[in-house]
Amino acid sequence: MSDLHTINKSPFEKSSFDSCMEHVLEGSAVLLYEDGVYAALKGTAAEGKVKSVQGVKVYALGPDLNARGLQEERVIDGVEIVDYAGFVDLAAKHDKVVAWV
Amino acid sequence: MSEEIKNFLYLNRRAPYGTIYAWESLEVVLIGAAFDQKVSLAFVDDGVFQIVKGQKTEQIGMKNFSPTYSALGDYDVNQLYVERESLEERGLTVDDLMHLTWEDEDEDWAEKDSIRVVSRAEMAEIITQQDVVFSF
Repeated sequence: MSDLHTINKSPFEKSSFDSCMEHVLEGSAVLLYEDGVYAALKGTAAEGKVKSVQGVKVYALGPDLNARGLQEERVIDGVEIVDYAGFVDLAAKHDKVVAWV
Repeated sequence: MSEEIKNFLYLNRRAPYGTIYAWESLEVVLIGAAFDQKVSLAFVDDGVFQIVKGQKTEQIGMKNFSPTYSALGDYDVNQLYVERESLEERGLTVDDLMHLTWEDEDEDWAEKDSIRVVSRAEMAEIITQQDVVFSF
């Protein structure tokens, strides 16, 4: 199946990001939102895992980046920024959502 | 209502007592068990602490809900997947866990183990094979 995995916790505070990245399978997608968007930034301890995950598209929710003062240029290349409608589209086009809360 | 039977997985990633997640998960599992769906539980990360044996909560003033896991087999909830790496990271082995069983009516009520220790890679496959995943 092609699943949408969601992460809403900071990778520096909780294990949600690390666990998700270790369970996500090729062909699935990861959406970072709420404090999860901190994993989308360049130059963090999480960057390597975001870049090295194979065959997995990573998205970040724009409104949560904006709310935290995180400009688009700080986001890792290849991470696609989506709005709320994009979130809905992602949820609809995947087989199911797996939330790493 | 559709009578299609779906696979539901309850993904447990938190320790008991420190937060309400573990207990809430158990409550939802028991409610969901009334709906004749295929239900399984996964214990990952700190979730493995939920089924450690010998829990005694008298001195913290909270209900010890660990005996409830032993009742799951009676509700046809008999597939409990425990991630081996999560156990090992926490210094646990399967011997530290409660012995959870169920009785197979198709085999003259033979007692069988509910817990299956699986690798992280196997857990990833188990998750993706589900129709619905509830995260706690």
